[in-house]
Amino acid sequence: MAPDLRTRLGHVELPNPILTASGCAGSGRELAQFFDVSKIGAVVTKSVMLGPRAGRPTPRMAETPSGMLNSIGLQGPGIDAFLRRDLPWLLARGARAVVSIAGSTVEEYAELAARLSDAAGVTAIEVNISCPNVEHRGQVFACDPGAAAAVTEAVRGRARYDIPVFAKLSPDVTDIVAIARACVSAGADGLSMINTLLGMAIDTDTMRPVLAGITGGLSGPAIRPVAVRCIWQVREALPDVPIIGMGGVRTGRDALELILAGASMVGVGTTIFHDPSACVRILRELEEELARRGVEHLADVVGLAHEPRAAARRRLTGNVL
Amino acid sequence: MTPNDTDSESGPVQVRGTVLTVRRVDAYHAMTIVAPGIAARFRPGQFVALAVGGPDTSMLLRRAFSIHDVRPDHGGTVEFVFSAIGPGTRWLAERRARDVLDITGPLGRPFPVPRDPVSCLLVGGGYGSAPLFSLAARLRERRCSVDFLLGAASGDRIFGALTARRTGRSATITTEDGSLGVRGLVTDMLGQVIHEARTDVIYACGPMPMLRQVTALGGRYDIPVQVAVEEAMACGVGVCMTCVLPVVGTDGITRMVRSCLDGPVFRGEQVRWDEVGTIPFDAFGAPGWEPRSRRAAQAAAANSGHPHPEQPAGKQGHGT
Repeated sequence: MAPDLRTRLGHVELPNPILTASGCAGSGRELAQFFDVSKIGAVVTKSVMLGPRAGRPTPRMAETPSGMLNSIGLQGPGIDAFLRRDLPWLLARGARAVVSIAGSTVEEYAELAARLSDAAGVTAIEVNISCPNVEHRGQVFACDPGAAAAVTEAVRGRARYDIPVFAKLSPDVTDIVAIARACVSAGADGLSMINTLLGMAIDTDTMRPVLAGITGGLSGPAIRPVAVRCIWQVREALPDVPIIGMGGVRTGRDALELILAGASMVGVGTTIFHDPSACVRILRELEEELARRGVEHLADVVGLAHEPRAAARRRLTGNVL
Repeated sequence: MTPNDTDSESGPVQVRGTVLTVRRVDAYHAMTIVAPGIAARFRPGQFVALAVGGPDTSMLLRRAFSIHDVRPDHGGTVEFVFSAIGPGTRWLAERRARDVLDITGPLGRPFPVPRDPVSCLLVGGGYGSAPLFSLAARLRERRCSVDFLLGAASGDRIFGALTARRTGRSATITTEDGSLGVRGLVTDMLGQVIHEARTDVIYACGPMPMLRQVTALGGRYDIPVQVAVEEAMACGVGVCMTCVLPVVGTDGITRMVRSCLDGPVFRGEQVRWDEVGTIPFDAFGAPGWEPRSRRAAQAAAANSGHPHPEQPAGKQGHGT
């Protein structure tokens, strides 16, 4: 029998746990050429900002071992164009839309949450807090518990009550659990992790940085162990908070690894660049991985790696019998 | 329906294609892959993107190549030309017949072709000439005359000199070292060829500095130039946002557009060549960008989602 893959995004039920990771799927339209975007759990959009944004100069990316660096700079047309064109397009195709938002001030995030709440059909809001806070010397919100909490609280306060708010955490912090606690205390319904790690590459021929933006976000399978560690630590500290796990997921087996660490949903990011139909492939592979292990319900294995060996076995075999 | 919507007849497909041949062509390699869905949809100027390195590869980014030609044999084959200069392309060069590769295509906007039988000059730099031969065939179907101007550093880096001589009304070759044809750059010969061929339209593919020069010279003679740009891409399908360049739309607004979706073919004069690699201060959404009026802002936002500002519906004529 096929395993039951249903999962919960806050109080919203998703048919399966496979999501796109923000920034790797546009707003779904481009990938719809390769698979039916309504078949995955949800499309998490590229972070939308209040106004249009041209982004950073090129070169914007560099290939690294089992990964890549990117420095796109949140290029996008802004919330008006998103609400007029992208969101209706996703909804018309039966896709569930998790909208990632980004801002430079707490008030910008709050306004984005209000604008999304006025529109029908937003499944959830993911708050990309890995942005520089212009009111605080450009310090990244995600790196300071106070700033992360302020953004989360503002978004939760302005978002409609029935839209779950997930804060997306950066791994580039000393204590990710402290940031996670701050966001949850501020009202986050769940947490997404991890965003990219800050990295850099230098061209040894030109002897200059490869990226025009000098530094960039590292993603891809190279960072998967960091994602597993972050999810593990946060799940250990906050076992009841739903987690969207992402970071280097390439196969169904990788998705299962993040689920065992504590994620109840899994975002597929950089792998989409390698394989535009990766989301549906990973969904199929995850289903096979669960079936092979005799798992009937996805929920039974979420965070299972935290349980002692004997307890874990009991929990699984209990369902098999 | 926007061009980005799924269209089973013309949209790209992702397939596992079987390698038919990999052959050495002077300094380059040419690979032919059985991919019927891609061959059937292909129009000249479009490209393919391949995953390299096998299933457990550490090279995540797809490699994009212009399609050189498609043929009906084996249900439909696609050929592209590449230079084995990095680990990904060297891996491709080591593939053998019957190997299976993950390939997406055809991607991007094709070259628009004129309605009327006009005089077309096709300019290629290095293996940038690869997409020009299928374009030439299509132009001849429209009873256009085709002249070739091909250039490279050396003779072994000219791709398709024989085909150009055999199929073109004329074929001019330039090499920087003088090992084949005229010593110099394609742009040194461009004016002379335009005069002799009475060129109405120029198509160009090759390195960015060459495209910029060809566009400038075309402008001097008041000849429309269609260029196929080479920008670094990670995905080839429009999601990674890495292959952007500044392009002026018909509304006069500059946008950072994706060369994979909105290109690779652009009208030369609409690319802001001097600002490639930068964000022009007046580009839509740039730090200094201010809409001149609320109406202008709305118009810009309305167009920004389907940013194909410069392509006059793909297949229109050039006004000649």
